[in-house]
Formats: sequence, structure tokens, C-alpha cells
Amino acid sequence: MKIESIYDLLKELAVNCRNSTIEFTTGCDNVIEMNKVYKTYSDGTHALNGVSVTINRNDFVYIVGPSGAGKSTFMKLIYREEVPTDGEIFVNGFNIGKLKQRKIPYIRRNIGVVFQDYRLLPQLTAYENIAFAMEAIEAPRKLIKKRTMEVLELVGLKHKHKSFPSQLSGGEQQRISIARAIVNNPAVIVADEPTGNLDPETSLDIMHLLEEINFRGTTIVMATHNKEIVNSMRKRVIAIEGGNIVRDEQRGEYGYEI
Amino acid sequence: MVMKFSTLVRHFREGSKSIYRNGWMSFASFSSILISMLILGLFILMALNLDKVATQYEDQVRIRVYLEDNLEQTIKDNLHKEIAAITEVKVVTFVSKGQNFIELQNSIEQEDSGWLEGYDAENNPLPDSYIVEVFDTRLVDRVADQIKQIDASFTAPVITDIKYGQGTVEKLFQITNAIRYIGIVIVSVMTLTAILLISNTIKMTIVARRREIGIMKLVGATNTFIRWPFFIEGLIIGFLSSAIAATIVMVGYNSVLNHFKYGLSLLFIELLPVSQVLWLTSGVMIGLGVAIGIIGSLMSVRKYLKV
Repeated sequence: MKIESIYDLLKELAVNCRNSTIEFTTGCDNVIEMNKVYKTYSDGTHALNGVSVTINRNDFVYIVGPSGAGKSTFMKLIYREEVPTDGEIFVNGFNIGKLKQRKIPYIRRNIGVVFQDYRLLPQLTAYENIAFAMEAIEAPRKLIKKRTMEVLELVGLKHKHKSFPSQLSGGEQQRISIARAIVNNPAVIVADEPTGNLDPETSLDIMHLLEEINFRGTTIVMATHNKEIVNSMRKRVIAIEGGNIVRDEQRGEYGYEI
Repeated sequence: MVMKFSTLVRHFREGSKSIYRNGWMSFASFSSILISMLILGLFILMALNLDKVATQYEDQVRIRVYLEDNLEQTIKDNLHKEIAAITEVKVVTFVSKGQNFIELQNSIEQEDSGWLEGYDAENNPLPDSYIVEVFDTRLVDRVADQIKQIDASFTAPVITDIKYGQGTVEKLFQITNAIRYIGIVIVSVMTLTAILLISNTIKMTIVARRREIGIMKLVGATNTFIRWPFFIEGLIIGFLSSAIAATIVMVGYNSVLNHFKYGLSLLFIELLPVSQVLWLTSGVMIGLGVAIGIIGSLMSVRKYLKV
């Protein structure tokens, strides 16, 4: 294939990107873009009331705010667990609100998700849990092995690849779940209170790991209640209250007591 | 979309791995299919043997056509030909009056009641007759009517009587039909019980798997990808458990045949040989077991595949 035709191909792939320059690696510059997003649940709760925000490639964003303010809904909309009632959400250039049901798995592959409760498959080993995400995209077996060991090394648990989740500590389980989230090189990692169940020291380890991943070029959106972490590792802070963004600062502070 | 071969291999690997990793759940499904299929197999064997007994009795039903005395050979030949030409008729056998006499002699010999005193082969009061065997014994009355019509088509009457156990035969058919009906009802009830038993086990696994499927979806697995290992798991469990059940049932049946051969023959019960029931019984058992395994397993996934 000629160089020019590769360039054309990449340009074509990048036309999905809105208001952004062409990127050759993983797509768009503005990884997440929300335009006046509303979310009302079937029980009548207004979780989000017209949220507009742009999150760029390589951003590290804390989502803060009181419980029930809409943080979780904000996160769920990004990985298409929920659909907006109104407004548009673009993730890597795809309007995920309009996505057909059967296309959902394909956009999820570009988003790594990390939870407070790790959500590992209990009957699979650490290695298998990570490899599963690659098997799902039908990657070649050799590549699966190579890449899985690579991320295991990155999260520092290569020696425990044969352990089952029940044999690992909370911090170790969270590392495995982070390894699973990054194994397919997603553009963005969505972490919903990843340190919520961990002691301060382990939390700090997890944060350093996320920082390292961010440093390697992955966008990170993290909902948290952890004041110490937000205030000590200064990043962009988006505060959500009553379904609206009330604050959006670079190198911001947690800004709430407790 | 065509699946990569390596992916299919992966699904087989994962499916069988999941069986021993989910030890107790697998054991629960395995044993419920095994037990259901054992019960079902027993009743299939019972139904088959009941049907055999019924058929045995039915097959003994034949029509006897008694002829006028001193008929010309050509008339007898014509009659024979015409009866044989009826589509439902299988075989027509001529039994001469001499043969009929000897048969009667033999059958009442033991009683020695002196009924036949004064009679011998020369002075034989019995008529010539035909024994008419039909393909479907349920149609004997219709065939008998047709034979009557043939009789009427001759210028002089040629037939004195047609006997097929009128009255008795209808009762026999009622009984054999009832036997078959009972067999079908029992097998259906057993199949239903088997399905209920298994669906209960499935309900248990559904709860256990809900989280698992949610996680698979989060990492971007397609529904097809998620379904495959479950499909294979159900297939393996269904096949193994029903094949073992079929083996147990057939080995058991064989030893019953061997041990009670003498006792059963005293009761005039002759069971079907293993070779005649082996394929049908084990085929139904394994086929149904595999189907239940697969359907059950896919059912347990279906609910949670919708996002």
C-alpha cells in the first residue's frame, strides 16, 4: 500500500472526529464530547440537566460531587450503560446515543471501565480475566499471551497471574481490573470510585498506576469521593451538583468537606 | 459474520473449563438431567413393551371364512383370488375340512370329553375354510364386509359364515388403545417433569451468571461471543448426563431380561430384546437430554443479554 493511500485511509477514519485535528494513533482529539445532555430515569428522577463538556485526549479528569448528584449517570452515559434522554454524546467521534444495539460491544472496546467492586470473573484466573477482554475482540492467541503478560507486568502482578480473584487482596484485584481495562489500548478509561474500597496506602498505589497509564496516552475519567487524592494529585476537576456541572477547573481542588 | 476457527476452539475450551470451574452448578444440572432421563428411559421401555403386548394380541386377530360344502375347485380358486385382491389383505390361507378336523381333534384331545365320538375323517362335519390375515387388524370388520360382498357377487352362495371375533375384537382394541394411551401420557408427564426439574436448576444458575454476563458485556463481548461457551457447556452436560442415563437404563434392562427370563415367561410376558429397544430408547434419551441441556443453558443467558 502506498503511503498516500494510508494517509487517505486514516483521514477517512478520522472524519468522525468533530472540531479536532486528525490524529494518527487512536482517533480523535476530543475523546468525549457532551452537548446539552439530559437524563431522566423512568421513575422521574432528573439525573442530568443539560450537561455540556469536552474531555480531550490525555486529560485526567476527576468527577466530584455529593452522592446522588449525577456522577454515576455521567459515567454510565460514557460507556453506554445508559442512553441520554436528550442531547448528544460523542465518544471518539461516535454518537453513542444513536448507536444500534448490536454495535455497542464495538464501542465498548474503546473504553476501559474500572469499578469500585473490581467486577472480575470469579471463576477465571487473573491472567484469564485480562485475556478475556482480548478474546472478546478475537485477537490472535499469541498476541493475547504477549499483551496480557505485558499489562500484568505493568500493574506489577506478573507473579500472581495464576491466582483467582478470591486469592488476591482488594488492591491486587483492582490492579487486575485496571489491567483488563487497558489491555485493548482504549482511548479512555472510565473509573467509578476505583479507590472506594481500598485503604489510603493502596489507594495511592492505584492512583500512581492510573497516572502512569495516563502518561502513556490514555484519557482517564475518574469519579471519586477521595478528598486527599484530589487535593494532592492535582488534575482537572469537574464538579456535578443537582445534575449540572457547577465547576470545571484545571488543577482543581476537591472543594467539599468530608 | 464468519467465526474464526481459533475462536471456536476457544469457545470449546472455555465451555468445558466452565463445567469444572462451576463444579456444583454443573453437578446440579448434570444430575437433574441424569435423573429425569433415567425416569424417562424407564417409562419409554415400559411403553414400548406395553405396545408390543398390545400388538401381539392384535396380530392374532384374523378372519375365518367358512365355505359351503362341495364347491367346485374353480369357484374356490376364484374366491381365493378375489379375497387376496382386497388391498388390506396380507395373506389368504386355505384350510381344508380335513385339516380343520385334525386341528379340532388336537385341541380337545386332552379333555377327552367324547365330543368327537362317532366322527372321523370320512364323516367330517367341518367345512373348508380360509384364514385371512390383514395388514391392519383394526380394519378386520371392513375386510369382512368386503368378503361378504364378494360372496353376494357369486350366483349361488359360497360362504356360510365369516368370523373374526365380532364383539370381542372391539373390546380388545379398546384395551390395547388404552394401554398405548397410558404409555403416551406417562412419557409426556415424565418429559414435563424432567423439563421442570431442569428449569429449576437453570433458575439457580441464572442468578449466578447474571454478574458474569454483565462483566462480559462491559469489556465489549458481543452477544454471540457470550452465548457460545454457554451453548457448548449445555451441550456437553446434556450429552454426558443423558448418555450415562441411557447406559444405565439399557444395562439394567438387559440384566432384568436375563434374571427374570424364566419368571416372566411363566406369566406369559415376553419382553422386547435389547437390540429392538436400544436405538430408539437411547436415541430419544440422548436427543432430549442434549436439547434440554442446550435450551436450558441458552435460556439462562438470554435474559441478561439485553444490555
